[in-house]
Amino acid sequence: MTASDLLGLALRALRGHRLRSGLSLLGVAIGVAAVIVLTALGEGALRYVTAEFRDIGAEVLIVTPGKTETTGMVPGVGGAPNDLTLGDAEAVLRRVPGVERVAPIVMGTETVAAGERRRQVAIVGSTHEFFALRGLELSRGELLPPGDMRRGAAVAVLGSTAARELFPGRDPVGRIVRVAGLRARVIGVLAPRGTHMGLDLNEVAVVPVATAMRLFNRRSLFRLMVQMRSYQQLDAGKRAVIALLAERHGEEDVTVLTQDAIIASLSSIVRVLTLALAAIAAVSLAVAGTGIMNVMLVSVAERTPEVGLLRALGVRRRQVLAVFLAEAALLSTTGGLAGLLLGWLGTRLLVALYPALPAAPPLWAVAASLLLASGVGLLFGLLPARRAARRDPVEALAPRA
Amino acid sequence: MIRLEGVSRTFEIGGRPLHALVDVTEHIRAGEHVAIMGPSGSGKSTLLNVIGCLDRPSAGRYLLDGREVSALDDEALTLVRRHTIGFVFQSFHLVPRLTAVENVELPMVFAGVERAERRGRAEAALADVGLADRATHRPSQLSGGERQRVALARAMVMAPRVLLADEPTGNLDSVSGAHILDLLDGLHAKGLTLVVVTHDPGVARRADRRLTMVDGRIVRRE
Repeated sequence: MTASDLLGLALRALRGHRLRSGLSLLGVAIGVAAVIVLTALGEGALRYVTAEFRDIGAEVLIVTPGKTETTGMVPGVGGAPNDLTLGDAEAVLRRVPGVERVAPIVMGTETVAAGERRRQVAIVGSTHEFFALRGLELSRGELLPPGDMRRGAAVAVLGSTAARELFPGRDPVGRIVRVAGLRARVIGVLAPRGTHMGLDLNEVAVVPVATAMRLFNRRSLFRLMVQMRSYQQLDAGKRAVIALLAERHGEEDVTVLTQDAIIASLSSIVRVLTLALAAIAAVSLAVAGTGIMNVMLVSVAERTPEVGLLRALGVRRRQVLAVFLAEAALLSTTGGLAGLLLGWLGTRLLVALYPALPAAPPLWAVAASLLLASGVGLLFGLLPARRAARRDPVEALAPRA
Repeated sequence: MIRLEGVSRTFEIGGRPLHALVDVTEHIRAGEHVAIMGPSGSGKSTLLNVIGCLDRPSAGRYLLDGREVSALDDEALTLVRRHTIGFVFQSFHLVPRLTAVENVELPMVFAGVERAERRGRAEAALADVGLADRATHRPSQLSGGERQRVALARAMVMAPRVLLADEPTGNLDSVSGAHILDLLDGLHAKGLTLVVVTHDPGVARRADRRLTMVDGRIVRRE
């Protein structure tokens, strides 16, 4: 008996019960498709997150006040850290070797008004360097002026949406906006830009950092972004920044993050979520397996006389086992392939509906779900097949009452 | 060919023993045609199952072609059935999904006969029973007599030395039944050992010898 003989017999047996076979096949297909679509979703989220943070630039250090490693708390909450000041920013720029540029950042939300129009926008306090560091471009006007970061001029650069909403149909450059109690002149408008790190850069007003600190009545920076000249200098730069700030503050009280570290930690979170999704989907495969078992049990019961006949013809027990296992395996494997197609279509649909999410099933998930589907067929087909193989030929052949 | 020495077969039914065969001693020579008769429940079918190696005696010895088969395990008995014994049943037992020729091929599929050889042998076996033109029909497209002839071709395709038939004409009209009996006679004439279980005296009359069973014992030999 060859594998193709076995397959031929199995195929005929399954075709004899199209509806029954089709339904249990569908169960497996749905399970496999669920694994594929859900892991594609997870993979899409991973790529999305990675792409978001990739834009920071690989050679950028992000310095935040507070030391997460020792306090285990969110920076700025525990351990009463020293402020991260403009003086710190100046010192880093002057004294850390290999620094290309430094952008101190203060953030908050305020109502911005132009005449009668008002709008809640994110206020970013920074410097001339911020735009180059974040790769922001202007659609009109000019950037915040370069020079002394302690000079808080009353000027603002608006994000594209903020500019359009506050000054519909008019050029905002040269006009006045009120930010809380402050009057500022609009000097530039940013080119449209996507969301980054949870901040919609179209919905911001960028003002000089000293102006923002006055506005929010703060002495401390929200964070400090340090761009090194090259990626190779990143680690040395990180150590130098920590050492310099420890010297200035009298203790090591800042956290320095790199793009790599952020991506790595976010990736691991998303991976765990993806695995959890895949595991949930795999449960549906197990359910599909019980469906196969049910179909095979019915099939074995119906074909009891056939089992008796095969045994009388000199067919071995394990050959009978193989006949029924082949049917179960064929069901689940075909279901798995159908699920692959279904999952592919589902992923395409997902991408069509949410183009921002680059959903694509990872290869391991495709391979694992197919393997699992075949395995499920064999596993759940085993009990019915053994029942068939163990039938006593005399009883199996006997006409049933 | 078939030597039974003090063979008994006891079943447990509802906790009580049922003596289906009681101390049966019988010798059927190679090439003999023997009919087994008797009322329902007399043990005819059990005797046929033991002879066909589908069932094992509870006591006594069974020698098939000089080999003691009553001591063999399931696997070995399976191989004895495959190569030595052919079965024909009252209810044909054809696989409904398979065509006539595929039904005849079935024992060869599991015996590992090459695909190319299989089809030729199956077609020849069908031609032997006069069904060469029905090879691609399914059982549902065949008459009762034709179905039993397919079953006979299937029983003979592995060239067994013993053919066991349990009421082979029980489900057939007299014309189809006579056709089957003629085919069996032809096989017997070529030297096949033939054991037929039947109620029908007309079927039994064709045999060389007739055994009559009552309550698990052979009570008459003619």
